[in-house]
Amino acid sequence: MSALPGSAEGTAVTGLDSSPVDSSPETLADLPPLTEQTRLEAREIMARYPQARSALLPMLHLVQSVQGYVSPEGVTLCAEELGLTKAEVGAVATFYTMYKRSPTGRHLVSVCTNTLCNVLGGQRIMDALSADLGVHHNETAPDGSVTLEHAECLAACDYAPVVTVDYEFYDQQDVESARELVAALRRGEKPHPTRGAPLSDFRGISRQLAGFSQWADAGAEAAAVDAPWSAGPTLIGVHLADERGEAAPPMPRASATSSSGGEAAEAAGIESAQRGAPEPSGRSLADANDGTDTPAGTEPGTSGQGPAARPRSAPGPATRPRSAPGPATGKA
Amino acid sequence: MPLTPVLTSRWGADQPWKLATYESLEGYAALRTALTMEPDELVTLVKDSGLRGRGGAGFPTGMKWSFIPQPKPGETPTGPAAKPKYLVVNADEGEPGTCKDLPLMMTDPHSLVEGVIISAYAIRCHYAVIYVRGEAVHAHRRLVAAVQEAYAAGYLGTDVLGSGYDLELVVHAGAGAYICGEETALLDSLEGYRGQPRLKPPFPAVAGLYGAPTVINNVETLASVPFVVRGGADWFKAFGPEKSPGPKIYSLSGRVVRPGQYEAPMGTTMRELLEMAGGIRPGHELKFWTPGGSSTPYFTAEHLDVPLDFDSVAAAGSMLGTTALMVFDETDSIVEATLRFTEFYAHESCGKCTPCREGTYWLVQILERLVEGRGTATDLDLLTDTCDNILGRSFCALGDGATSCIASSLKYFRDEYIALLPPEEQARLGRSLRLEPVGAAS
Repeated sequence: MSALPGSAEGTAVTGLDSSPVDSSPETLADLPPLTEQTRLEAREIMARYPQARSALLPMLHLVQSVQGYVSPEGVTLCAEELGLTKAEVGAVATFYTMYKRSPTGRHLVSVCTNTLCNVLGGQRIMDALSADLGVHHNETAPDGSVTLEHAECLAACDYAPVVTVDYEFYDQQDVESARELVAALRRGEKPHPTRGAPLSDFRGISRQLAGFSQWADAGAEAAAVDAPWSAGPTLIGVHLADERGEAAPPMPRASATSSSGGEAAEAAGIESAQRGAPEPSGRSLADANDGTDTPAGTEPGTSGQGPAARPRSAPGPATRPRSAPGPATGKA
Repeated sequence: MPLTPVLTSRWGADQPWKLATYESLEGYAALRTALTMEPDELVTLVKDSGLRGRGGAGFPTGMKWSFIPQPKPGETPTGPAAKPKYLVVNADEGEPGTCKDLPLMMTDPHSLVEGVIISAYAIRCHYAVIYVRGEAVHAHRRLVAAVQEAYAAGYLGTDVLGSGYDLELVVHAGAGAYICGEETALLDSLEGYRGQPRLKPPFPAVAGLYGAPTVINNVETLASVPFVVRGGADWFKAFGPEKSPGPKIYSLSGRVVRPGQYEAPMGTTMRELLEMAGGIRPGHELKFWTPGGSSTPYFTAEHLDVPLDFDSVAAAGSMLGTTALMVFDETDSIVEATLRFTEFYAHESCGKCTPCREGTYWLVQILERLVEGRGTATDLDLLTDTCDNILGRSFCALGDGATSCIASSLKYFRDEYIALLPPEEQARLGRSLRLEPVGAAS
């Protein structure tokens, strides 16, 4: 069996991970117990679905949110509530990458090393973090601050290379920005994601995935939804269309049920409307790859920023990314 | 073709994910129209629009809806028609290169919610689920908030906008398994099992979630529905080719100057999109690209003028997939890129079918020794032979997808594989190629 780069020796490449669930007495003694509250919340999840077993995946997120991994106790709770055997629950829990088999550090750092991120430096980032932390894939730093993993494609290729912390996006990283990010996490800081809510921790995000709020009150909840972000590549086409004066053909006034082709055919003159459209100005590397004035890790605790602090997104490509955690990636 | 923001038209607004913003930009207008129509009229409208599934396969959406067995007027329904109907949204975006649904859900989640309500109404469904990829926490967060807002405003729940129509919508997080993007694996996962594909038939339209008739649609597909309702079928067909019309979000990534999301009509070419994205990074040239994610055979510079629509891309030997255009230049090794993709498939193979489970494992072993310069003269044929024994021999398309990058890279870049062989192995093939330094870029 051969290991992926950055993996512990002997780790299989196949998806059929056979590593055992951590049930050593020392680990179990340290775990916060699952409570009656956990059970009540599990039942609340079950009530969301026409058939209770559909609740199993969110319930596994729930027990993970309390204990930091899917422990034998967590498996038992799910099995009891759903009337399944522990083997049935274990079979499901071990199928999915996001259910951890040993206690996760405070934060889970995932580095995309799939093809696209890799050509832009993803593996170099993974190797550097691995060296800094002294751990391999799926291992936790001795201080318990961070669990490191290499991830498969995180659906953010336009922001490559990407790193996530507790699955919040830290886009357009390079080796130095990622090292600084992880160093900040280990100092107990919480640099703001480029796209995502103020960082909480791995258990908090597991709670969200179970379908519960991880925030203390509605204000914090709203702040998480509306957190400032820098969405350069997401908006790049919209801004370019603005700049070029390009648009979709207008909708006919008549409503949907109209089946006349006439006005639609006129509206279809997209191409003719386009000819001779001026070249946009400022087609430089600016925009998303422009970096930021904020050096990595020096802006911890931006979590207080609610909706009011959100920068208004100017409709033009001049919008600069606001709180990217690292220096320019210098992709070009 | 020009840029034609439709699905992305609200993205530049201030906080476009909020209900107030959405409503101020014609949001939920299509739902009001739809609720005045008969469900069957909506199915016909979507059929007439030519909308095809944006999740990769390109199946006509209206036709998919029409397969749902419905009770006939005046008859007591039996069999599938008597069961509840379900709508499941496939928001498990994970195909390498694909990054269109996450930005859509993060930026304009209400467009998906509105599309879900209209589509559920059309198929007479009262319970819908959005299955979101677990890692997509920010998209999940904004979707949950949007669904809460929609309930509070009367767009969801009992008696939607006073129409008498009821709909429950649940946002369900996955847990990290690419295979759950396959629709029947998604259903198994949603039912609380390991996400493994089911044998078809029966198709989900007859026996899907809980064995009941189920429509599974992609995020971008459903987000297109409100625009079809508002603009009409003819307006929608004005975008791109007749058999594959509509606005489409193209996701450019990799070695381009300005990666990102560009919305243009179906049938836009890569040459046009590259121009929009500022071209390949200065001083370099295009080497290979994927038209729709890692499961679609590579294209090269010779395919720059292929219209990117379902039929034209298929005719040129690849697949439109998810219009995830990953761009690589001459500094990128085709064999290493292919190895990384293959490692992905080996990791994500669910293990149900032997050809895929074992085959992807062995493909990684062969590619690894090639990349490390330990390959043998017979390895190239062994790769092809292994692919032949995976393709078409598994339940779902994951195994087929795993062979795409290998077969197409051997087709276009065979010499690059040979150049990685030790000299004595090259000699056995009667060749002598030196490898240009690759992969050490930027």
